[in-house]
Amino acid sequence: MTSPLQQKIKITGPSMVTANRTSDGIVIYRTAQQGWSASLSDAAIVRTSDEARALLNEANADDVVAVGAYIAPVELKDGGEIKPGNLRERIRSKGLTIDLLPA
Amino acid sequence: MYAYDELDRTLINERVSEFRDQVKRRLSGELTEDEFKMLRLQNGVYLQLHAYMFRVAIPYGTLSSRQLRALARVARRYDRGYGHFTTRQNIQYNWIKLSELPDALADLAEVGIHAMQTSGNNMRNVTSDQWAGVAPGEVEDPRIWSEILRQHTTLHPEFSFLPRKFKIAITASEHDRAAIKVHDIGLRLHKNADGETGFEVLVGGGLGRTPFIAKTIKPFVHGRDILSYVEAILRVYNQYGRRDNIYKARIKILVHELGIEKFAKEVDEEWKQMGHSALTLDHSVIEEVRSRFSYPVYEKLPHMPDELKQAAHDPLFERWRKNSVAPHKVQGYSIVTLSLKPVGGPPGDATADQMDAVADLADKYSFGEIRVGHEQNLVLPHVAKRDLPQLWKALDRIGLATPNVNLVTDIIACPGLDYCSLANARSIPIAQELTRRFANHDTAEMIGRLHINISGCINACGHHHVGHIGILGVEKNGEEFYQITIGGRADENAQMGALIGPAVPYAEVADVIEDIVEAYLALRDRPEELFVDTVKRLGVEPFKERVYATR
Ligand code: HEM
Ligand code: SF4
Repeated sequence: MTSPLQQKIKITGPSMVTANRTSDGIVIYRTAQQGWSASLSDAAIVRTSDEARALLNEANADDVVAVGAYIAPVELKDGGEIKPGNLRERIRSKGLTIDLLPA
Repeated sequence: MYAYDELDRTLINERVSEFRDQVKRRLSGELTEDEFKMLRLQNGVYLQLHAYMFRVAIPYGTLSSRQLRALARVARRYDRGYGHFTTRQNIQYNWIKLSELPDALADLAEVGIHAMQTSGNNMRNVTSDQWAGVAPGEVEDPRIWSEILRQHTTLHPEFSFLPRKFKIAITASEHDRAAIKVHDIGLRLHKNADGETGFEVLVGGGLGRTPFIAKTIKPFVHGRDILSYVEAILRVYNQYGRRDNIYKARIKILVHELGIEKFAKEVDEEWKQMGHSALTLDHSVIEEVRSRFSYPVYEKLPHMPDELKQAAHDPLFERWRKNSVAPHKVQGYSIVTLSLKPVGGPPGDATADQMDAVADLADKYSFGEIRVGHEQNLVLPHVAKRDLPQLWKALDRIGLATPNVNLVTDIIACPGLDYCSLANARSIPIAQELTRRFANHDTAEMIGRLHINISGCINACGHHHVGHIGILGVEKNGEEFYQITIGGRADENAQMGALIGPAVPYAEVADVIEDIVEAYLALRDRPEELFVDTVKRLGVEPFKERVYATR
């Protein structure tokens, strides 16, 4: 899971733009309404590298609310459901894969 | 314990109000992230996968009970009720809100704790032996020197914009518990033939992408000259260090490229030119720092109190004592290690309740003092032997009496992909699974001393290179894989482990480690031969064969 900072903007499948919220760090997703949402299901989906670049630029312009925006892959399920496209994003959207405390 | 002076307190408080203002300006949009990033990093604030991470320094691993309670309070008030003790005598909080960080810093400042120089390209927390000042046979308390270096380098302009981060560790014992050979500078206190106290100076150690064992640059530098000598090293580094390439910027690369002889010559020339007198430490300065460390007034106690004789009949107590209790320099006292490695738990994590309870136990049984070691465990450094049975019961009630110190389940692990934005793969669940596999205490006891170290990427925060067994997370086509090394060690005979073969997928790691351990049990020539010694004697081959023959 190469750090997103090292990624060139070239997408190979449906993608979204994600970041962390400046005030508290929580994971947020760029929406199609030029805003942010804590829910992946609200994420704007892009399918070409140009669209991805445009969405990222727009997100980066909003430096006050969000920090560290980058493009990440998603999986689109049949009913239109959006799923994270890799393990890193699964962990970011679902939380830790571990119990916090000893069993 | 160390008592901070007025200067420190003023400095820490000023930093808090400065940062409060910076955070306010960031949240209002007055500062961009680009402008703010440096400022937050200077205060130990990283951005991780789910939230901000806040790293707080525990200088030379020494805490008062009051300070530990403050750490607990931060965990409870601003985080999710727990914290992670790291391999560099820091604590990290994983869920802090930026908007609340200034308050957390202010709470910590009240007890003299801060997050300065816990990140960025500066001199990091100067670490030391967690048994400093209490280990039998120690030359003298190495923390005095850690403190002198800390004071000299804190916010020192020449050390604030180094080519890369810089880490120093100091030990004063024969047995190195501070891993000095994998630090940028390692200092070993010893006495020369004339009985004077000084340092063997090692330089250029480090882990990460290009691991190196530190080399001795000078076998003896007198204590009074240590600041000037360290400064000479840093000046040479500042001058020649590779600022152009982040992967080549650590001093280890410079030492490697120049060769230790040439590097040593440069340093000596610099040292001469500095006319090192300006930084020569006055005896009174050293004594002033020494006087700020207070030591308990120990009682005169028997070597073997009745309480201990009685408790020895309880096999559960005995197995805990055997692994957790070490000799103290004062008769009748012990050094007690508190395992933060419960079966199935994330290595190095402690809850706020546990921290509070340990603080209470420290007040009751350890003169109010706690230590943090690089193995991610806690230590009560001055426990009267007669109190050991009571302490054990109390620790057991709060889940801190796992009798596995230095055994196979005493695993060092970095946060890995569950938290860390640089990770390739997860570390914690691998550690958890391993602790379950080896949960049977008799088996662990039979295996003996065996250190497993896990890192989620090549940065090596989990010290995988120097684990007896090292596990490194890598990525292959979007899947988590793990490279496994054996034969590494972090002590006075420090050495990098050797790779046993191709990386294995997540689901197979625990099986592979079990195979390696079984191979060791079959191959060792007697029960006392430690895992690392068997690997040293036989090399990687027999282990490799065992692991890959069926895979
Ligand atoms: C979760 C956030 C963390 C980040 C972003 C981070 C980042 C890094 C990076 C980039 C390096 C490589 C530096 C280099 O080679 O120049 C490194 C090394 C290191 N970090 Fe971390 N780290 C994190 C957590 C930790 C933790 C939890 C520990 C302790 C358990 C730790 C202790 C160390 C140590 C001991 C090294 C390697 C020794 C060396 O500098 O040569 N770090 N870290
Ligand atoms: S080793 Fe890598 S994954 Fe682990 S904490 Fe360090 S940077 Fe993160």
